[in-house]
Amino acid sequence: MRALTGGVAGGPVGELRTLGLLVRAGFRRETTYTAAMFAGLFTNVVFGFIRSAILLAAVAAAGGTLAGYDAGSVGAYVWLSQGLIGAVTLTGTAEIAERVRTGDVAVDFVRPVDVQLAHLATDLGRAAYTTIPRGLPSVAVGALTVGLVMPAQVLPYVLGALSVVLAVTLSFLVRFAVNLVGFWVVETRGITTLFTVAYGFLSGLYVPVHLFPGWLGVVATATPFPSILQSPIDVLSGRVLDGDAVRVLLVQVGWVAAAALLGQVLLRAGRRKLEVQGG
Amino acid sequence: MAEPHAVTADPRPGRLAPYVDVLRSRVRAQRSYRTSFAFDLLGSLLVGLTELGEVWVVFHNVPVLGGLDFHGILLVFGLSNLAFSLADMLFGHLDRVPTYVRTGTLEAFYLRPQPVLAQLMVSDLQLRRLSRAAVALAALVAGLTLNDIAWSPLTALLLVLSVLSGTAIFGGLFVSAGALQFRLVNGAEVTNSFTYGGSYASAQPAAIYPTALKVTFGYLVPVVFVAYLPALLLLGQPGPSLLPAWLGWCTPVAALWVWGTALLLWRDGTRHYQSGGG
Repeated sequence: MRALTGGVAGGPVGELRTLGLLVRAGFRRETTYTAAMFAGLFTNVVFGFIRSAILLAAVAAAGGTLAGYDAGSVGAYVWLSQGLIGAVTLTGTAEIAERVRTGDVAVDFVRPVDVQLAHLATDLGRAAYTTIPRGLPSVAVGALTVGLVMPAQVLPYVLGALSVVLAVTLSFLVRFAVNLVGFWVVETRGITTLFTVAYGFLSGLYVPVHLFPGWLGVVATATPFPSILQSPIDVLSGRVLDGDAVRVLLVQVGWVAAAALLGQVLLRAGRRKLEVQGG
Repeated sequence: MAEPHAVTADPRPGRLAPYVDVLRSRVRAQRSYRTSFAFDLLGSLLVGLTELGEVWVVFHNVPVLGGLDFHGILLVFGLSNLAFSLADMLFGHLDRVPTYVRTGTLEAFYLRPQPVLAQLMVSDLQLRRLSRAAVALAALVAGLTLNDIAWSPLTALLLVLSVLSGTAIFGGLFVSAGALQFRLVNGAEVTNSFTYGGSYASAQPAAIYPTALKVTFGYLVPVVFVAYLPALLLLGQPGPSLLPAWLGWCTPVAALWVWGTALLLWRDGTRHYQSGGG
């Protein structure tokens, strides 16, 4: 067994290469669904138009500024979130859920790469591809029609790119952990629905978290959800700058670590459970 | 088969009997897994509550949006979500057409003597949507109580007409979406823009829309008829440009327009469908 893992992975360098290949595989798998991409883009844009109408009207009704947003920055919020939604996908189900249900996950366990890392690599590839035909055009449509104000310096984009990678990673890790509940519960639809609802509302997808009344804002920041959508938008759009932006990134890193740890714990416990069933 | 007369001599079941049987079996199936069904009901309840929560957060920040205050928007939200959740319960599963096409299970529907659309409608009635409808109904009743409405038999007629036509409008949109999926299969998500997007658009005060959106959701995909226009009549407001309040009486016309298109699309879709020969 040791000879086999040595041959395939070849130490840490080999494992990195394997993960790199998985990222590419995730990317290339998405390229086959061109029609789905354009369909997703179209729907993104329609929702973007409705959402910008609501929030632009709200900003105007509040006298030009609302919770620190003006017409330009609320446009940036709407269209950046529409652009990101494909990458930090909202649906509660992930491939791992199906593999846990069918028992195929047993095969994943004997592979030389860590199960969580392998699925993360594939998902990062998927997210990277999604950004090109679906994410960037969404933002472009918003810029051309409704208008949005973006920062003029370079630093927000560098920190923003980092923040987006952290958000995509966190989105995956949280979904992964939720789907591992399948080790203990056969019917997971109820749990994934509860999760998707909380995710959509508390991440700032429909209304910015900054518009929440005090207590609801506290509830939201006690969850990882704002770090998945609101945070990368805040950093990219220049709503938080320099030291504040770094602080937002650190919070994201904290959630990534916590979600990764939770996933690993559940994976280990689930593996024991799986062996008990003798699959 | 030698004696068909013997069979027909028995009291024949009515034309609707097969549908009733299927519906009964769906209800039984969903009630038999009680825990799972309870979770589904809870999930659907939370979907309704968070949608109301989103509206509330906006109105927590601004007292009036598009000429409506929070009490006014409760009417729009209630009418819109009630119609949508009822339509979703009856027709929402039509978005599974691509799955049926891919797995080849659609053939079975073609082989039976009933119309394919009618069979698909009763094939997967989702009772869990009832809890979302309950949230909508509560919002609607609150809206009717909190607003100063001049009650008359006409007001009651308007309400009934609006809920029925609104359900029909969303139902027709689901049928159109299902029909388009015969051609789209992989690009099925595009239809979400007018089913779920339509639902989202119908729950807003349409006065805030730029002209293009007013025309799109007012006349092309006429979801503004579902809730906003009837709510204007209930509140006695004149309505913005392009969307005068009296149109609130024309919801059945909008429903007819949607269903006319939907049935044409459905005929085109089912004729276009070619079995994989499974």
